[in-house]
Amino acid sequence: MSEDIGLPISHRQRLWLYGLGGLVLLFLIAPSIIIVIMSFSDSTLLQFPPQQWSLRWYQTYFQSLEWRDATIVSVKVAAMTVLVATPLGTAAAYAINRGTLRFNGTINALLTASLIVPVILIGIGTFFLYAHIGLNNTLTGLVIAHTVQALPLVVLTVLSGLRSYDMNQERVARSLGAGRVAAFWQVTMPQIRFSIVSGALFAFITSFDEVVVSLFISGGETTTLTRRMFNALRDQIDPTIAAISTCLIVLSVVLLSVAQIFGRRH
Amino acid sequence: MRAQPALMQETARADQSLNAHALRADARRESLRLLALLAPSLFLVFAIIIVPIGWLFWLSLFDEAGALSAANYARFFEQASYIKTFVTTFKVAFIVTGACVLLGYPLAYMLSQLPRRAASICLIFVILPFWTSVLVRTYAWLVILQRKGLINSWLIDLGIISQPLSLANNLSGVVIGMTHILLPFLVLPLYASMKTIDTDCLRAGMNLGAGPAATFRQIFFPLSLPGLASGVVIVFVLCLGFFVTPALMGGGKVIMWAMRMEQTTSLYSNWGAGAALGVVLLVVTLALLGLFQWLLGARATGVWSSR
Repeated sequence: MSEDIGLPISHRQRLWLYGLGGLVLLFLIAPSIIIVIMSFSDSTLLQFPPQQWSLRWYQTYFQSLEWRDATIVSVKVAAMTVLVATPLGTAAAYAINRGTLRFNGTINALLTASLIVPVILIGIGTFFLYAHIGLNNTLTGLVIAHTVQALPLVVLTVLSGLRSYDMNQERVARSLGAGRVAAFWQVTMPQIRFSIVSGALFAFITSFDEVVVSLFISGGETTTLTRRMFNALRDQIDPTIAAISTCLIVLSVVLLSVAQIFGRRH
Repeated sequence: MRAQPALMQETARADQSLNAHALRADARRESLRLLALLAPSLFLVFAIIIVPIGWLFWLSLFDEAGALSAANYARFFEQASYIKTFVTTFKVAFIVTGACVLLGYPLAYMLSQLPRRAASICLIFVILPFWTSVLVRTYAWLVILQRKGLINSWLIDLGIISQPLSLANNLSGVVIGMTHILLPFLVLPLYASMKTIDTDCLRAGMNLGAGPAATFRQIFFPLSLPGLASGVVIVFVLCLGFFVTPALMGGGKVIMWAMRMEQTTSLYSNWGAGAALGVVLLVVTLALLGLFQWLLGARATGVWSSR
């Protein structure tokens, strides 16, 4: 009998369910594990498990100028996206949380629009717009486009932090003479900072992993890592990509763990 | 002297209206301040999403000669290649959504029944792929499914098949890859809604003599339907506009809506036609989400906040 649910169904009667659920979990996680293991293979052929181990694909990755430049571009863009999207998203979440504005629903829908509008349409539209104002193949253009995609995640994350925070505390601080900015900085901010950090991490992953819009608006010297990977995959399957993929998986694991740890402390 | 009470009343009234006036002005200032906080974000969304889409919509209304016409839209009904694209897109969307339900429902149900600790460990396996690059996961499936990939070499080594199966570069590859990528979008909202089902309802059912199967079928399943619907809508909508996986795993044979848009604009530079495709895609997406919201009174986009 499961003590959590309190229904007279034993775990043993549920074995089939656990088996089925376990298989689905395996389906979800196996591809990533296979790629991580294969990235340490010595062979140019795709063998699993690998016959011999080596770091040659990591060497190829780190020594190739093309891959290195693309990685630097992606890191730069993601870092700048975090720096822009986090304050903007936090400010927007603060305003939405007050709930006093007349068009709160519309504003909310607008800010989360990039989650709903098909990303291919955003890609083509942004390319078209940038072609007229000369922002294609620029870091600025990439940062602006990625900021729009990261904003909803920052807004939603910070908003959930603000919902569990009592805004009266900020009012008390202000009635005791603190200015608006000081009240936010010294009273509200320390209590929602974990949500803000989580939002910033999500913004980083969103930008770093973004493919479709980058395919349209990046190129030449500002080719992002994902764009280069996409084009490489179109040509042939290069094991170097397994090494790069492993780095991306590790990055996701690290950022998610940090977000999780921060979330728990909150 | 006798005029004093009247005077006081008068002053009080004046104070009150002054106060009310000041309060109103304060509320207005407050609204302006809040708008100022929102302004940069709203401006960016407006500039990067609303303006280009409006512009593309405008372009879609003109034919190649620059005359106002519905040619870009009429094409969808006349040219066989467009009809084929739509049929393929909806076929893939239905299969992938169905596969996600078949795989996702048991998983979400199991997660909702597990003790808290075990459930949160299992959830990691759902959330991690959710945050792993689509490109990485598509690459993984290419490695696993292609002609000389893992599945084929295993099956040949085991002597089960002599010729490699064609699993990638066709519809099955696209479906498998997309199911893997979209499954968390179904599981997460479904799990969240299953967690809110009141176990007292289930216990009451069992007390009244229903067996486990009947309790599930008559109580749990109906109560889980709103969560399932929200997952189904979001997966279906994301399928319609999916680009990366069909482009890399379709082998050029499975042309879906988004790929068609990319080809029309990048390859043929036919902006009007590409824009028209985009407008219809957006309308269908918004219509499905709007229909869902109207029927169930909830937003289908909760998945991003239920991580």
